[in-house]
Amino acid sequence: MIRVGIAAYGIVPFSKEDKKIENLLMDSVAELFVKNPEIDKRDIDGVMVSTNSNSKYLGPIVAEMSGIQPKASVSIENLCSSGTNAIVSAYSYIASGLADMVLVTGAERFDSPGRVLDWDDSRGEFKQPVFWASLFTKSYKNQFSISEEDLAVVSVKNHKQAKNNPNALSGRIFSVKDVLSSKQVTEDLRLLDCSRLCTGSASVILASKDVMENFSTEPIWITGIGQKTTSAGFTKNNSFYSIKSAKDASNTALKMAKKDVTDIDAVELHDAFSVCEPMALESMGFSKNGKSIKLIKELHQTDNFKVNPRGGLMGAGHPLGATGIAQTIEIVQQLQERSGARQIDDVKAGLVHNMSAAATSSTVLVLEK
Amino acid sequence: MSFEERLGSGEFLIPKCSQCERIVWPPSEYCSSCFGKVGLERLDFEARIVEFSRENDKYFCIVEIERSFKIIAKADRILLAGEIVSISKCGVRNGNYFFEIN
Ligand SMILES: [Zn+2]
Repeated sequence: MIRVGIAAYGIVPFSKEDKKIENLLMDSVAELFVKNPEIDKRDIDGVMVSTNSNSKYLGPIVAEMSGIQPKASVSIENLCSSGTNAIVSAYSYIASGLADMVLVTGAERFDSPGRVLDWDDSRGEFKQPVFWASLFTKSYKNQFSISEEDLAVVSVKNHKQAKNNPNALSGRIFSVKDVLSSKQVTEDLRLLDCSRLCTGSASVILASKDVMENFSTEPIWITGIGQKTTSAGFTKNNSFYSIKSAKDASNTALKMAKKDVTDIDAVELHDAFSVCEPMALESMGFSKNGKSIKLIKELHQTDNFKVNPRGGLMGAGHPLGATGIAQTIEIVQQLQERSGARQIDDVKAGLVHNMSAAATSSTVLVLEK
Repeated sequence: MSFEERLGSGEFLIPKCSQCERIVWPPSEYCSSCFGKVGLERLDFEARIVEFSRENDKYFCIVEIERSFKIIAKADRILLAGEIVSISKCGVRNGNYFFEIN
């Protein structure tokens, strides 16, 4: 199989801006090309767009607005994990030889139609994500005797880390007391336990090894990919305190990369709500079941940014179609030692975990220098 | 009539495959196991609380039906995990299903 890596990226600050999706996509595409003048647009033979927007024909639209005439141009939608799914599609085009260089761009508006899965009637009148998140939280707390205070550390840590991310939506620092006194959404969830939907745009260019050698001096390789869909409906989950899709996807990705979880130095995981961080860490093997709160507290107390260095979804904001791409860019920057105040020491391998619809599907990428 | 039409008139019927007799959830014309045609059965089914939380004074809970599939239902009283309950009210409101237990 042809080796595939990330050649360049572009990302702009997340916001609450009201802007047409076509123009939003172009924000990070333009940023990418302006910052990487060595890339010849004529070499790009694929354009993949990641969004939950209902706007049509966005692949060809982005191609035209960028002055590119690719072989393939297409939109990819898979709710919150559209971004990494678009990256996997681009990877597949290149690894198979169908394309050599693919632009992947993702964007979302703050009012995205992807915020609720209308199809999932098993949720009755409780279709908003806060309800599945509350039930996960209740189940996780009961199963492992975890308190509301324990979980609040996730939000405190990730907002603190986001403070060092110039593209993050949140610029504020919160204490455990702030989290516990924020608005009670349900019995098991506070406002500061939730990530916020926002407007955002992020782009990457993937290239084959042969093409990469022509221009990139610090390519980052995608060495592992794992994906798992267990269902579409929330209530099909068998466990409400662990994430089967994350476990299976990370096992597959690590196996492909010939890595052990202990080899991973930086992780961007899908903390849509506080409880998702310990659940994902445990399901992917970074900690024993029920023990990751201890790890999260240690990381926070020692200012170790290993988990969600850019602030995760909670601190950075969650523009659905851009999230997986922004997570990937963070790991690329960490590997290139370009993360400024967020830089983790000596990163050799990083992992991205992006999931959808109450953990019913996950995509995991392993990236290396 | 479809599951949804029955639900709309306040009746919770169990979708079952006419070929392999498995319960099929979510309701569909085709069995997710063998793609046989799915019919509806009027059943005195078991409903058990799996997990619950609360929004203001309204409880919402995961209910497992016939040890086969799960839905989220509303309740206006304190619940216990593992408790056996029954669906007291159900229907379709503004295009959304709703389920209540007592
Ligand atoms: Zn069947």
